[in-house]
Amino acid sequence: MSNTKLKRVDLIFEQDCNTKEVLQSAWAKSKDEIINELLESGLKGRGGAGFPTALKWKFTSEQPETERYIICNADEGEPGTFKDREILFQVPCKVFGGMAVCAKVIGATEGFIYLRGEYRFLLPQLEKKLDDFHKILEELKVPFRIRIIMGSGAYICGEESALFESMEGQRGEPRNKPPYPTIAGFRSKPTVINNVETLVYAFMISKHGARKFKELGTADSRGSKVFSISGDTPIPGIYELELGMTVEQFVEEFGDGDTKAVQVGGASGFCVPRKKFKDTIIGFEGVPTGGSMMIFNSSRSMYNVLKNYIEFFEEESCGQCTPCRVGCQQLLKGIEAVKKGEKHAAYLDQLLKLTESMKITAKCGLGQSVANSFSSIVENFREEMIY
Amino acid sequence: MPEIKELVKSLADKYGRTRESLIPILQGVVQDQRYISDEAMTEIARELDIAAAQVYGTATFYSFLDTTPRGKYVIRVCRTITCSMKGKNQIVQEIEDLLKIKVGETTQNRKFSLLETNCLGWCHKGPAMLINDEVYTELTPEKVREIISEYIKK
Repeated sequence: MSNTKLKRVDLIFEQDCNTKEVLQSAWAKSKDEIINELLESGLKGRGGAGFPTALKWKFTSEQPETERYIICNADEGEPGTFKDREILFQVPCKVFGGMAVCAKVIGATEGFIYLRGEYRFLLPQLEKKLDDFHKILEELKVPFRIRIIMGSGAYICGEESALFESMEGQRGEPRNKPPYPTIAGFRSKPTVINNVETLVYAFMISKHGARKFKELGTADSRGSKVFSISGDTPIPGIYELELGMTVEQFVEEFGDGDTKAVQVGGASGFCVPRKKFKDTIIGFEGVPTGGSMMIFNSSRSMYNVLKNYIEFFEEESCGQCTPCRVGCQQLLKGIEAVKKGEKHAAYLDQLLKLTESMKITAKCGLGQSVANSFSSIVENFREEMIY
Repeated sequence: MPEIKELVKSLADKYGRTRESLIPILQGVVQDQRYISDEAMTEIARELDIAAAQVYGTATFYSFLDTTPRGKYVIRVCRTITCSMKGKNQIVQEIEDLLKIKVGETTQNRKFSLLETNCLGWCHKGPAMLINDEVYTELTPEKVREIISEYIKK
């Protein structure tokens, strides 16, 4: 791993919280100073959607309603993603710190971490660390407290409005947007909801200033990012890398020499086949990702990969809107029928049209993004779907 | 069932009696009973002063809020792509042989339930499974045999 060409970064996992000092200096600044620093850094949300973090904080802080919340989205459920678990395990203080800086900006007194049920084993340690953090806040006389809310095994609750519903004791069914969370989020109050990793970067930018972060990455994808790397690789794991690399560079370092495709962004992301490795940049200018990188070598059936994804969506669809509920069922039935020869290969084109409809008509990101993996796998590996 | 009544009451005392308390209470019932019975749902509805249908609606949405009886130890094997590529089927087969149950079933002594679940977030160390809240990764049939026999002794 020492002769690597990709630049390793150590902003996230370095054990350098210094929570007290960072918060003291944040509280000495004005709200606008913190927002401008964040804006200057170019930080975009690390959960996958990539909304500029500074604007989220700014919009929320400008709402007339003064009861506002900061929520950390730790409902990490995208297949192939496991970085947030490691961040919460290794440097929870930075996550809490990022939430506190946000609380200062938006004037929140309450924050919440929505932790997926699968990570309940983290809870005792997290609560202990949270107690320590609250002691620091007490010393600083900062009126802000964080509570941990547990999820119960529903992928859709990673969708922000479904997450609010779940926190309010309801079924995790996404809401219509607008209004966006910055206007009406948890308890219909202005809410900032950020991914775990985003909050750590916000904390680090508050600590070091924008420059150190801005020096990394490209114009569209500033900074570094934590990648969760799995599949056919000799070195699976969690890596913080500078943004802007191509899939080819990535595969050279992490592949096993026989890489056929890389799924970037999980089941809801895009499949990049070998012939496109060279021209595809990992980032907002190419294929965006919340960090999930799944590598497949030539021994793998891309039909099995796609089927596994569609089974996942079919089960995790909340069932609220028809395009997603029925669409996922029909996609699954459809690819099975084509594989068995019960339907002609041209039926795949009809299924592609169906995903296009889902993209337009589904209520939330889940149903809308099924098209990403479906079309990128079917179009690039059509023969594997049929024979 | 007075036992359920007391459990729900103590959970409501701890988490409150608002709609936001509902999921923590349901989770508390699952932690204690391994599943949420009809009696428990009716009791929660009464305690929170909401319709039983509301409780049922929320409970049945979440895959970890079981509404069918489960064993003392609920085994959830990850079936998502990376774990599947790394030998999930062999792991499930091994557990089925050991416990003489199929996926979705519970042993007669109500000690174990075997389920498959979606991505657990251990893709770099697959195959992975949960037994209640405990995580087990990089499983092999041998490793699974050891783990399960430890639980059988418990």
